Amino acid sequence: MTAAELPAPARVSRRDTVTDWRAALASLPLLGAVLGIWWLASHGHWVSKVFLPTPEATGASLLDGLVGGELAAFTAATVGRMVAGWMAASLLGIVVGVLIGTSAAARAWIGPTLELVRPLPASAVMPLAISIFGLSGRMVLAVVAFGAMWPVLLATVHGLASVHEGLREVARSLQLNRLAFVAKIGLPNAMPDILAGMRLSMTVSLIVSVVGEMIASQPGLGQAILLAARSFRAADLFAGIVLLGAIGFVSNALLATAERRLLAWQHA
Amino acid sequence: MHAHLDPSPPPRLARLRPAVFPVLVLGLLEAWARTIGHGSDAIAPPTAAIEALAGAMRDGSLLRGTAFTLGAAALGLVLGSLPGIAIGTVLGLSRRATAASFLSVELFRPIPSVALIPLAMLAFGFGLGMEVSVVAFATFWPMLILSQAAARQVEPGWLEVARALQLGRADRLTKVVLPAMVPRLFVALRLGVAIALVVAVTVEIAANPNGMGYAMMIAQQSLEPALMLAWLFWIGVVGYAVNAATLAMQRRVAARMGEVSK
Repeated sequence: MTAAELPAPARVSRRDTVTDWRAALASLPLLGAVLGIWWLASHGHWVSKVFLPTPEATGASLLDGLVGGELAAFTAATVGRMVAGWMAASLLGIVVGVLIGTSAAARAWIGPTLELVRPLPASAVMPLAISIFGLSGRMVLAVVAFGAMWPVLLATVHGLASVHEGLREVARSLQLNRLAFVAKIGLPNAMPDILAGMRLSMTVSLIVSVVGEMIASQPGLGQAILLAARSFRAADLFAGIVLLGAIGFVSNALLATAERRLLAWQHA
Repeated sequence: MHAHLDPSPPPRLARLRPAVFPVLVLGLLEAWARTIGHGSDAIAPPTAAIEALAGAMRDGSLLRGTAFTLGAAALGLVLGSLPGIAIGTVLGLSRRATAASFLSVELFRPIPSVALIPLAMLAFGFGLGMEVSVVAFATFWPMLILSQAAARQVEPGWLEVARALQLGRADRLTKVVLPAMVPRLFVALRLGVAIALVVAVTVEIAANPNGMGYAMMIAQQSLEPALMLAWLFWIGVVGYAVNAATLAMQRRVAARMGEVSK
């Protein structure tokens, strides 16, 4: 999926953990109500049990799968795929972004093509990738890296292009070469943009990993929930969805924290 | 940044500059596919892809696939953004509502939309319903978050005016808050359109046997690389056109109703 898939994550500001806890506590009743409605809907047969399991059944399926079953391994596989693809995408995005961002010529000649390719859904590249790599883990990884690269690439180009004119003059008077300029001024300047881009790209990585597992039958939660749906195991399906939500939640929270730490120098 | 690196050709030629790189790539692809890569299952010469595209145009499959995908994306966007905007507006106006929904939003929002594809399949079977429901879920959250921000950023002075005029709740909402939100809502809508299209194509590639994504998948499975590349190109064209159209619309709204300043 492209960078357009999600709103650019807002710059993380320093927040009080105490207020965070208080906010969580104050919002427990509504969450409880949502779960209560789920309980009522499944027990009262408002919705067919075929696709709405009870919360207890989902919990049991989650527990069984994580303790003795395959869910833990599937979760690990999906997380591994997501992280590997994300790292490749970030590296690729930064390197290509630097190449394009520091050269006016590259920006003029290659930039418009990138703008043209960017809105292309990452999943649309999957059939092509299947033709090249076959139905393999490598195929999924390649598409994840390709799809998740754009937010980082564009953030890098933007971050480098927005270096203040005064800093450019400093670089010129210090006679920094292009590499030194990138390392000492360009990338630090682009850092907030790149980190925000990397957070977005983690989300894209998870989405494309799941789709890839579904299409190419690679071990992971994507394949697990598809098989669960095909054999009408609604509780297992919900357990998988819960785990995917948890992966999204935890990865985003971790990156937000990392962002706050890494950018602390900006607020100091 | 390095002015001397900018090889500015005369203006008329400069306009052709963006085309040079893609033409070069396509040319190399053509040469490769006609020589070393002849008979490849993955890469066909671009000229063959254009022929396949013309063929799909003639037999109507191009129009059918495009209409299905765009229709599903549009319907899902409407079904996702109406509740998204409504709830987002309430959350943006009321601190209490924001506080009460904090955990529910934070816990449900990170669920990747594609995780719901199997559930939608189970609930609706293949067809329009499953695709629309996944698109609706995918667009609901960003629309909620962005309309919340839009409602929160309504000029406080205007709310005071509404209070001074002793407008009722309904009047305040329809005469002050919603009109003030419009420019930001269009920015949100542009994002929503992009998401809707991407998710629609993804659902078709992953499961739903309809639309542009499925047509491309089938071309791949029946080892017709020219047709597959034709669809890939076409999906790119449609995505670009839709994005350009919504950008133009957003600019027009911004010109009439005020620019969105961050």
